[in-house]
Amino acid sequence: MLAYIVRRLLYALPILLGVNLITFALFFVVNTPDDMARMQLGVKRVTPEAIQKWKAERGYDKPLLLNAEAGGLAVLTETVFFQKSARMFVGDFGRAEDGRDIAREIGNRMGPSLAIALPTFILGLFVTVTFALTLAFFRASAFDFWGVVLCVAMMSISGLFYIIGGQYLISKVWRLVPISGYGGGLEAWRFLILPVLIGVVSGIGSGTRWYRTVFLEEITKDYVRTARAKGVSEAAILFRHVLKNGMTPILTQSVVAIPGLFMGSLIMESFFGIPGLGSYTIEAIQSQDFAIVRSMVFIGAVLYIVALLLTDISYTIVDPRIRLR
Amino acid sequence: MINFQPVVLWSDIFVWLLVLCAVVFALAVRRREHLRQPWVKLAANRIAMASATVLLAFVLIGLFDSLHYRVALEGKPGQKTQYAVEVLSVLDALATPLRTRNEKTYSEPFATRLYAKETVDVPGQGTVREYPRLKYGGKHLAEHEDEVAADAGFTAFRAGALAFLGWLAVAGVVSGVVGHGEAPGTGWQRIWRGETAFAWDAVLVALALMLLVAVPLFWLSGQYHVFGTDKVGQDVLYQILKSVRTGLIIGLVTTLVMLPMAVLLGIVAGYYRGWVDDAIQYIYTVLNSIPGVLLIAAAVLMMQVVIDTNPQWFSTAAERADLRLLALCFILGITSWTGLCRLLRGETLKLRELEYIQAAQAFGVSSWRIIIRHILPNLMHIVIIALVMDFSGLVLAEAVLSYVGIGVDPTMTSFGTMINNARMELGREPVVWWSLTAAFAAMFILVLAANLFADAVRDAFDPRAA
Repeated sequence: MLAYIVRRLLYALPILLGVNLITFALFFVVNTPDDMARMQLGVKRVTPEAIQKWKAERGYDKPLLLNAEAGGLAVLTETVFFQKSARMFVGDFGRAEDGRDIAREIGNRMGPSLAIALPTFILGLFVTVTFALTLAFFRASAFDFWGVVLCVAMMSISGLFYIIGGQYLISKVWRLVPISGYGGGLEAWRFLILPVLIGVVSGIGSGTRWYRTVFLEEITKDYVRTARAKGVSEAAILFRHVLKNGMTPILTQSVVAIPGLFMGSLIMESFFGIPGLGSYTIEAIQSQDFAIVRSMVFIGAVLYIVALLLTDISYTIVDPRIRLR
Repeated sequence: MINFQPVVLWSDIFVWLLVLCAVVFALAVRRREHLRQPWVKLAANRIAMASATVLLAFVLIGLFDSLHYRVALEGKPGQKTQYAVEVLSVLDALATPLRTRNEKTYSEPFATRLYAKETVDVPGQGTVREYPRLKYGGKHLAEHEDEVAADAGFTAFRAGALAFLGWLAVAGVVSGVVGHGEAPGTGWQRIWRGETAFAWDAVLVALALMLLVAVPLFWLSGQYHVFGTDKVGQDVLYQILKSVRTGLIIGLVTTLVMLPMAVLLGIVAGYYRGWVDDAIQYIYTVLNSIPGVLLIAAAVLMMQVVIDTNPQWFSTAAERADLRLLALCFILGITSWTGLCRLLRGETLKLRELEYIQAAQAFGVSSWRIIIRHILPNLMHIVIIALVMDFSGLVLAEAVLSYVGIGVDPTMTSFGTMINNARMELGREPVVWWSLTAAFAAMFILVLAANLFADAVRDAFDPRAA
């Protein structure tokens, strides 16, 4: 098991290097630092000296990949790629446009992000699996039919509608919770409850439909027939057998959902003014702060790879037949 | 005679290329019985045909909006003709009243007065603060402003009756064709008993609903702003019509752009295996591990810099917005081809072990020939399913991306920009709800139809489904 984890982590290195190269290509080759400088400085003040100064302040004045002028190892290290991109491997993300340390900022914003993403994920999984099991229990009935119709309709509604509608109805008309904002400590729940609720509701449609298919496929299997023949009640079959066996595809789906979780929180955080990683990214996009976007791409990839590994490990817990070697 | 100069935007080329592809594909399928089978099955599916009718209506709007031109400006004789900067489409020409009759600012649906109070000079009373009359909305009512409901209801009823007559004509023609060469009335009976191979009943019902809604709406929109007007006084119905093309392009062109890459790489990886497979797998794992939004955000940011630093590339604002739309399609395509590629690779791995391919290899048929003649046709169902399944997701994604500021150009009308502009107005008192509601409703209809159609396509094409 440990050997497997170590090996998987080693596999992750070339992938992260690839991610790094892509971001490097996007941020430094497609647009040279000169272009970025011109963009950041605006039209009026663009003199070659100003561009040089801007680049020097941020360390973009070095050659991109190879520094022929330097000697020895410095050929590789005194370059933009090594200074800006490769340093991300050791957690050095550099500074944002406003001079703040990106790594520290990310550390500060991790908490609120998790506080919204984790409950949404867990509660969402619970609600959708319950709903799907209920539909599978009443399969081929009118309840099942209208349940699926409802799911398709809910899938077809834009996620923005849930957010805007929820904010308008619950916060503005009913005045139950604040529209947006964030408070530290225990007070935070008042700000979190609405985004979490909306996150769960907007995921019900697609989630329920997918899990229902999984359960229905499982129900046609031989062991279910055997259990029924033995006289096990339908409810016991569903909860004891079908649910357990359906766990593997559910877990796979959950991993696929993790990048989506990131996207969800991106929108959610900026709508609700929660100072997490998502709103940090959006602010960076809107103020065209390349250093932050670059760091977030890298962190997003790291999170994804870790999530993938966690899923593989959780397979062994759910399904003892799977052994990781 | 109005002088005009046809303008072909890049996205128009893609749209018509897509139409061409669809026609060629349809002709190819028609001649082959085994390929036609799933389509026959799909044609018998009521839900599929009803949603296809709705989708077709959206596509028609999109196609009309994809024929662009520039009107010649009035100039002195002998002078070289100058063309207007504004790029119009055939849809704009058809909807000229909607496009040109702009109010000052917000107005409610069917309103006769503006949303905001203004200082008006009333002869004899000096200046008064009141809600001014709209320039166009309900102008024909003149003094009888309070008769909006009666007038609109009557107009809607007349238009509805006309729509019903039109529908009867269509239904009559269809039943005549269905019951060709039989006793009169048999075609009609067979359609409504559901005995036809093609689900005509569903198509006709969907058509009836659409006509009964659309015809009165358009009739009324000549006299009122049926969905209200937005901040700069533009008719919301017009914006919805313009958004359709953007949504369709994002949903369809994106898939078109990524298809060649996904199909080629997927098949090559599965067929040749070995280091080719490793390399391709590495590429898509890397792309896949970057969360989509972030990759899109990074790429769009970079594209924006390229566009801003090269203003000389574009002669009109429409061209710039158009190129940005296409670039967005390409970026979305690059981030979304990995899923399809993985599916195709897996299927090719399975296919290449089958006897008939082994036999072809033993006969010395070249690899490329095997891939094109034997493997590609057997993967088409996966491609078709992916194409329709991705569509609705992409339409929804556009709205989200435009909100984040990495979607289409802000000057381009789309569901996303509409929602984004209307979002802040919910804070006003009284609430400006109409543009938001209209955008969400239009998007819902489009995406729901696409989802239902996609499900039916999957059921018809997936060999695993019983």
